[in-house]
Amino acid sequence: MYQILKKIAQSGIVSESPPEADESLRVLQQQLEDSVLRSFAGALTIRHVDAGSCNGCELEIHAANNPYHNLEGLGIRFVASPRHADMLLVTGPVSRNMETALKRTYDATPEPKLVVAIGDCGCTGGIFGESYASCGRVSNVIPVDVAVPGCPPTPRAILQGILTAIQLRAKL
Amino acid sequence: MQIEDFPVELSPVPGAMPVWRGGVDAAQWRSLAEQVRGKGGRLVALWASEIVGRHAFEVHMALTVRSGLVWLTLPVSAQRPEFPGIADVFPAANRMQRAAFDLLGVRAEGGDARQWLRHGAWAEHEFPLRKGFDVKAMHQASAEHYPFVAVRGDGVHEIPVGPVHAGTIEPGHFRFSIVGERVLRLEERLGYKHKGVEKLFESMSIVDAARLAGRVSGDSTVAYGWAYCMAAEGAAFATPPERAQWLRALLLERERIANHLGDLGFLGNDAGLAFGLAQFSRLMEDVLRLNHTVFGHRYLMDAIVPGGVARDIDSAGAQAMRAEIGALRTAIRSLRVIYDEHPGLQDRFIGAGRVAPDLADRLGLCGLAGRASGMSWDLRTQFPPTPYDSLDVRMATHRNGDVAARVTVRFDEILESLDLCWVILDRLPHSEIRGSLPLPAEGSVGLGWVEGWRGEVLVALEAGPGGSLARVHPHDPSWQNWPLLEHAVIGNIVPDFPLINKSFNLSYSGVDL
Repeated sequence: MYQILKKIAQSGIVSESPPEADESLRVLQQQLEDSVLRSFAGALTIRHVDAGSCNGCELEIHAANNPYHNLEGLGIRFVASPRHADMLLVTGPVSRNMETALKRTYDATPEPKLVVAIGDCGCTGGIFGESYASCGRVSNVIPVDVAVPGCPPTPRAILQGILTAIQLRAKL
Repeated sequence: MQIEDFPVELSPVPGAMPVWRGGVDAAQWRSLAEQVRGKGGRLVALWASEIVGRHAFEVHMALTVRSGLVWLTLPVSAQRPEFPGIADVFPAANRMQRAAFDLLGVRAEGGDARQWLRHGAWAEHEFPLRKGFDVKAMHQASAEHYPFVAVRGDGVHEIPVGPVHAGTIEPGHFRFSIVGERVLRLEERLGYKHKGVEKLFESMSIVDAARLAGRVSGDSTVAYGWAYCMAAEGAAFATPPERAQWLRALLLERERIANHLGDLGFLGNDAGLAFGLAQFSRLMEDVLRLNHTVFGHRYLMDAIVPGGVARDIDSAGAQAMRAEIGALRTAIRSLRVIYDEHPGLQDRFIGAGRVAPDLADRLGLCGLAGRASGMSWDLRTQFPPTPYDSLDVRMATHRNGDVAARVTVRFDEILESLDLCWVILDRLPHSEIRGSLPLPAEGSVGLGWVEGWRGEVLVALEAGPGGSLARVHPHDPSWQNWPLLEHAVIGNIVPDFPLINKSFNLSYSGVDL
């Protein structure tokens, strides 16, 4: 225990300040009502859905949770079920084999819900595009509020995308 | 088994690795598989292709022998597209054979005939990798019944998990049959991420396709990038400049370090030590940031290009990497002491998810997980390409085959990779970093074979006319290792599954293609 405490003390706090929201990432104007916005109650919960990525974006979502980016320090947390989630973070081109699972996850997420598509594939279908096996971008399958480009987008860009999606709430 | 013992004519495949290729008939196909197995050889990959211009097929297997890799090809007629199955000889062949049927309609005789990659996104009688398949046509999706093996008995029940999992991980379905908390059987159902990668290769030029190869499994982008370029360069009879080969090894070791750091953090976290995740993910982030500074990409995507590497390092970059190596060595050693001496952690690690060496051998466990179960196999020591032939890599192995062993192998491998990076930086030769890639002749083949952080990545390539690609098959070590996870969890409790799964950390994207 002494060694662990010593290491924690030596490491210090490495968390960096979060980025500003970026309006250019917004793809759909959200009509959020006051009652709806209040329901987030100072904490946002996210359900990540990998709909067919190469797993590069997953690495950066993990990185967004590391001590440098410290997503949880902002009151944003990943949850195990879409039923507990305010936001879906969707990666990958949507493979046709994941189309139904993604739609069901979307349906299982309670209103009001936000959807952030992560990565070039999520934004446009990326290198995989549309084919017999790929539905292409996420918005071809479910409504998307904010799309974050990058291959993969940096943790900072992912954070920015999340903050952009919830910015209206912050203004109240 | 040695090359001279083969009763068929074998010719060397040009390229960086010792690979021989030959055609076989149906009887030889099986008997050679049995003979190689009998002499301790392994199946690295099995795939099928359509012979361009003729309505006929081929099925391929890559087997290890004492002096390298043997790539055997069996012609299959279009009238009766069947070949003798080898899943009884090499159990790992089961899913590869089923994938070959789903994509090309070439069926293995005998054994498991259930679909694997086809979930209903295309019809049973359609085969995407056939040349006549209409890529643009959207086929009506339908939910297809998949017959899981049912376990019956008093108190046995099933837990279906996925495809959408509870954590930030890739999608797949796990069907647990359990009594109380104990796992009687786990059956995996993958293929959810199938996005037509192999078909897509056939529409790309040999140079552009390197980008796609780097996105077969994003966490192994360097291993795939190198394997693909090795195959393309072999087919074109090109050798990259020496400095590029050394830089590729530097990139591959940095990828290994970053992934092992991430895994060690999550393994601590899954056993209840969040401190471990915080510490190791901090170190991983440091490595990623330096990757970005020196190579322009956090995960080193597109750093390896056909003919060489995209970017050279300067003395400032080398200096920063040297400083990082020193800092990482100290940090990892101190964290290793904490992990080793933490009773709660060791209690969860030791004995969990055990794959005994004889089982690992029988089922063909490979890569990092294989080395933790006594399979002493590492391409960097067995058939070292430049620069590994002069680096004298110390292979990390363990015989316990449990989560603790896979943790130990990761620690040993990071420290070894740090040493290798140091030596590479010291001895980096001076030359160009990118040579030209002549267009390979139509029909020429190449094979890339690289020891990625997870295990051996193989890319087989056949060139088409004018710099196009007739067929590319990328093979992930996860094909071999996924079935072993099913065995590793037997008798363990369900709550230990995430920990055991993480200790293998297999790729979904790499096998779903």
